[in-house]
Amino acid sequence: MIALISRRLAGLIVTLLLVSALIFAVMGLLPGDPASIILGTSASPDTLAALQKEMGLDQPLIVRYFGWLFGVLKGDFGRSYTYGVPVAGLIAERLVVTVPLALMAIVISVVIAIPLGVQAARHQNGPVDWIAGLVSHISIAVPAFWVGLLLIILFSTMLGWMPAGGFPGWSAGLGPAFRALLLPAIALALPQAGVLTRVTRSAVLEVMNEDYVRTALSKGLPQGRALWQHAFPNALIPVVTILGLQFTFLIAGAVLVENVFNLPGLGQLAYKALSQRDVVVMQMVVLFFSALVITMNFIVDLAYLVIDPRLRAGMR
Amino acid sequence: MLAVSTALTRRAALGLALVGGLMLATQQHAEAAAKATATIGMAIEPTGLDPTIAAPVAIGQVTWQNIFEGLTTVDKNGKVQPQLAESWTISPDGLTYTFKLRQGVKFHDGEAFDSSVAKFAIDRARGADSVNPQKRYFASIDTVETPDASTLVLKLKQPAGSLLYWLGWPSSVIVAPKSAENNKTTPVGTGPFKFVSWAKGTKVDLARNADYWNKAGAAKLETATFRFIGDAQAQAAALKAGDVDAFPEFGAPELMASFAGDNRLATVIGNTELKVVAGMNNAKKPFDDKRVRQALMMAVDRQAVVDGAWSGLGTPIGSHYTPNDRGFKDLTGVYPHDAEKAKKLLAEAGYPNGLTFTIKAPQMAYAQRSAQMLQALFADIGVTLNIETTEFPAKWVADVFKAGNYDMTIVAHAEAMDIDIYARDPYYFNYKNPAFNDILKKVEATSDPKEQEALYGQAQTILAQDVPALFLFVMPKLGVWDKKLKGLWENEPIPSNVLSEVQWAE
Repeated sequence: MIALISRRLAGLIVTLLLVSALIFAVMGLLPGDPASIILGTSASPDTLAALQKEMGLDQPLIVRYFGWLFGVLKGDFGRSYTYGVPVAGLIAERLVVTVPLALMAIVISVVIAIPLGVQAARHQNGPVDWIAGLVSHISIAVPAFWVGLLLIILFSTMLGWMPAGGFPGWSAGLGPAFRALLLPAIALALPQAGVLTRVTRSAVLEVMNEDYVRTALSKGLPQGRALWQHAFPNALIPVVTILGLQFTFLIAGAVLVENVFNLPGLGQLAYKALSQRDVVVMQMVVLFFSALVITMNFIVDLAYLVIDPRLRAGMR
Repeated sequence: MLAVSTALTRRAALGLALVGGLMLATQQHAEAAAKATATIGMAIEPTGLDPTIAAPVAIGQVTWQNIFEGLTTVDKNGKVQPQLAESWTISPDGLTYTFKLRQGVKFHDGEAFDSSVAKFAIDRARGADSVNPQKRYFASIDTVETPDASTLVLKLKQPAGSLLYWLGWPSSVIVAPKSAENNKTTPVGTGPFKFVSWAKGTKVDLARNADYWNKAGAAKLETATFRFIGDAQAQAAALKAGDVDAFPEFGAPELMASFAGDNRLATVIGNTELKVVAGMNNAKKPFDDKRVRQALMMAVDRQAVVDGAWSGLGTPIGSHYTPNDRGFKDLTGVYPHDAEKAKKLLAEAGYPNGLTFTIKAPQMAYAQRSAQMLQALFADIGVTLNIETTEFPAKWVADVFKAGNYDMTIVAHAEAMDIDIYARDPYYFNYKNPAFNDILKKVEATSDPKEQEALYGQAQTILAQDVPALFLFVMPKLGVWDKKLKGLWENEPIPSNVLSEVQWAE
């Protein structure tokens, strides 16, 4: 177990180093100079040179990279070119929006998808299965931002029950903050729920045809118990794998929904930093995403150990 | 009501619920009218809040005339007015400007404004380390002198007839020695509003400056909030839900009609300074031939471009000048749409079978749609236009603006009164016309507004005839706001959201 964790940790550090070097190189190759974006089209060459010096852009890329790296090692993540504030705080401000949003979306998606998928498998080719299939296909096919627009039109513009977007901040209280996140979480959750339903259904179906389930049924166990006690736990591995992937996707990929609901999330920050060539912010956001993906994979691996006793046995 | 309550059918109950809801809604509105706060929507969040160190117009749209003020200012009609300088005299040779400064003005942190502060701000903008985006406007200043605390003397190297106008710009606002360094994150000015907080990605909060020097021009609102909403659908939803009170520059013309049925919201269409022009690389074949550029101009039905690209909202222009600008001439008639003539002229220039080239169009909706309209219109005269989407601002600035690596491009030029860009060298049009440059020099040599306007008229005409760029249209200012909200500017002679006169009507 300790060996596994330390191996993962080493992998994490090496990956982050590689990713950070890669981002610096890519941002260096991308056309566009942050200083000329800031100063616009009227700037004279001497002004541009003055700003480049001020921002340290007159240094070669490799010098800037190591300067940044040593800063990070000392706990200084740098300042955003565009906002002029420390990057760490900027990302923390966004995480308090994005993480709760992703968690809410995951919960909603699980609450919809697991029962629906299991029931669809139980009544294979029956009306429940048919409806579940239709619903999940539609929710996969419909883009989340469009669902978001429909939700806004219905619940904000027509009914007036929900805010049309924006985030009041947690300081405004739990109620208003959750209300602001509910519609976007639903919009994000529906396509994920569609995928999860399909995965759950096929995973449960597969184990339902296993010998031990047949044995359980033939010794007279009611179908419901055979399903939940014997089949479902064994169907969990693919479901948890997908959930892990979905969580990272929801943190990193919510840009469009964040746009529609005007939420100041991490996706919006990344998009803006890219268009302004705010290398310092890009760097930290992408590093954060990389760390998140690696950590999520690790958590999923740990979850396998919990779910599957055979893997635990193998560890000893 | 009694009759209804005696027979409470389902439908009546529903009716009651509706009436109740309406009463509740009107009550809420009555409360809204009494409040002294307003939320103003903006599409683009500023990058920093110091207009003297960065170019994006969004910075001025939050801070100019709200937080920061200049020696002079520009009013809603585009006219220069005194502000922190209450009066001035100009020597007959146009080389010495003596400003009488207003006394008793304090910055929001208590620092006093006097001639040494004004000198600091101007020297900061023109000094060697200056990162002022419009540093060129200070280039004519030779020395800044402060004979006493309320007098500022600018000695110039050569006359600068537009100096008073430039001093009114967002990039020329007066900042104080103690606070200037931190203005990017916590701006401190002399204006009618104080900066309160900036929730990055969401909003900027302002509060009334109780110690404002100009009692007559003091803010009517107690607090004001700028909220940033990039997506046009989200902007519309926020307006309809009442989450924002005004969107002075709404993002999507095609959604303007959706406000027609809303009794609470007014739509006000004015003019901006955003000139949508399709610039050509005048140094490159075939655009070095004036006839080719003129032929392309005649291929364009400007109204069709406005209709197709911006839902018919927007004013066609014939030169690099807007109806807001002083001395404006309507020159759309110089090369009006005439496909037959265009074809003939193109043949005369040596292209009887048409030609093929590429337009580098930024990703913004107006640019993409206008490029598609041009593509269709050019096809009528046998010209094939390829559209290449070019990321704005980063890639566009690098490829088109700096490297000049393009045939044709299309952008909206945001800066007010910037016809002088055609005289700049280097500039991405690569347009070189000494006669044009001379006229602009003459504009600076005089400080007589009448004479300047006449000269600007000549400059506009030269561009209309030479067609260094295809002059298409001025972007409209699509204002959408609560009918009870008064005092927002209808037009925008300078990109801004001046809030000092904004208030709720009874």
